Amino acid sequence: MWILLLLPFVGLLWVPFYNSVEPALFGFPFFYWYQLAWVPLSSLLIWLVHRSRARDEAP
Amino acid sequence: MADRIDWVALAIFLFFFALVTVMGFFAARWKSGPVSAHLDQWGLGGRQFGTWITWFLLGGDFYTAYTVIAVPALVYAVGAYGFFALPYTIIVYPFVFAVMPVLWKTAQAHGYVTAADVVHGIYNSRGLEFAVAITGMIATMPYIALQLIGMGVVIKAIGLTGELPIIAAFIILALYTYSSGLRAPALIAFVKDIMIYIVVLVAVIVVPAKLGGYGAVFAAANDAFTAKGGDTGLILQPSQMLSYATLALGSALAAFMYPHTLTGVFASKSADTIRKNAILLPAYTLLLGLIALLGYMAYAANIKVTSPNDVVPVLFKVLFPSWFAGFAFSAIAIGALVPAAVMSIGAANLFTRNVWKSYIDPGISHAGEAAVAKIASLIVKIGALAFTLFLPTQYALDLQLLGGLWILQIFPALVFGLFTRWFRAEGLLLGWATGILWGSWTAWSNGLKPLASISLGEGRYTFYVGLGALILNVAVAALGTVVLSRVSPDRGRSIAAPS
Repeated sequence: MWILLLLPFVGLLWVPFYNSVEPALFGFPFFYWYQLAWVPLSSLLIWLVHRSRARDEAP
Repeated sequence: MADRIDWVALAIFLFFFALVTVMGFFAARWKSGPVSAHLDQWGLGGRQFGTWITWFLLGGDFYTAYTVIAVPALVYAVGAYGFFALPYTIIVYPFVFAVMPVLWKTAQAHGYVTAADVVHGIYNSRGLEFAVAITGMIATMPYIALQLIGMGVVIKAIGLTGELPIIAAFIILALYTYSSGLRAPALIAFVKDIMIYIVVLVAVIVVPAKLGGYGAVFAAANDAFTAKGGDTGLILQPSQMLSYATLALGSALAAFMYPHTLTGVFASKSADTIRKNAILLPAYTLLLGLIALLGYMAYAANIKVTSPNDVVPVLFKVLFPSWFAGFAFSAIAIGALVPAAVMSIGAANLFTRNVWKSYIDPGISHAGEAAVAKIASLIVKIGALAFTLFLPTQYALDLQLLGGLWILQIFPALVFGLFTRWFRAEGLLLGWATGILWGSWTAWSNGLKPLASISLGEGRYTFYVGLGALILNVAVAALGTVVLSRVSPDRGRSIAAPS
């Protein structure tokens, strides 16, 4: 599960993948909405890893 | 724009400033604890902040007032490139989730207050402890000065001129930080962050509605960049992509090396508090991404400014009634107080624990530590104030930039030791010195730009100096460790075992 934490690094540091205007969404060029979409996505991935951790300690 | 005083905006500004001042002094009694009896109380708020307080405190501390001014300013000036703050403040959280709970546990188990305490505990090296402490203190000073500059920009927008308002605001801040410690910014962060959320949500809904939607905003910015030429535009030039990615990564790795962010981590109640915050703090990043777009909205609103830093204040003055502009400016100014307070506390903790206690008075009592830290926080703030008043603004910006690459060089010493005992203190110290010297020299010789270039084959690659310095740092630390292990296999004993 910890591998999920690496996905935001791959998705955001591989810049050539998202450095374009099209496809635009609601007036936002791809460059902008793609990066903004990674915000909730990263939270979700971290939450998944958090949930899967063994409950080995007091909260 | 500073020619006349906006009385409505000023009245609202003064109201909120008075409110947070009262809260700042009252905070000493909040979550009751004897503030002056122990550094854990004054400097870490009693190590009892739960998920929500930590969320507000770290959010208020990491996304500073200067961010609200400078990120849109950079986006206004250069376009897509200024957006690197967005990937930066996303990828920082997987890192926080994986590393900071481990750091917290080590600190909690041994009563450590600072990063340098942790490093000393792991490596039992006074030299490495001092390197980490001095880097933290020096990197923090210009950062505090930047908060003052951010506050100055909005105070000017209200129409107040001269340096007196800044000095007055700062003296008040210094006094309640002195008396309440970390509890003051933690409590004020609630007000500040809620205000900032309101301002930004209103702005990102109302402003595009007035300007013809986001499509029109991006089109206006695109036209402006096409006319302007150079390394600007709605997307990155091919030559900018590596700088964009390395700036994002380097800044993300540096972010939680600063004393103010680490203070927020150490002040948490539990390791799980930090994990939950790694999930919840990206809400601020969404906000930051939207704030950055204010830079483009300025083009759609036909705003022309001589200094990009004025983009946000002018945009609010032009598009909103006085009362809302006043509310927004109050939010930004209060937004400067929270990080400035936490930064001075973080630096004061370092001075107390790793300079005063280590070199001047090893037998100091808990109450004595709190007393030294309180005085140190005043000195740090006066230093930052003098910095802003007597030196050109550009010095603070340049030093802040260098501070970012310096603070990144403590990464190997602080983070590696949490997971492995392979590295030797001497190697890490050598790596730290190499990274700082090479990084500073490179940035300096490039006219204080954070970028360096290397030519490999036919290509020329431009990247963030701080990250290059970090790679060099790790390489030297590893090499030093290998050589040293050959020469003297007997390693120094650590006080804290790695988790």
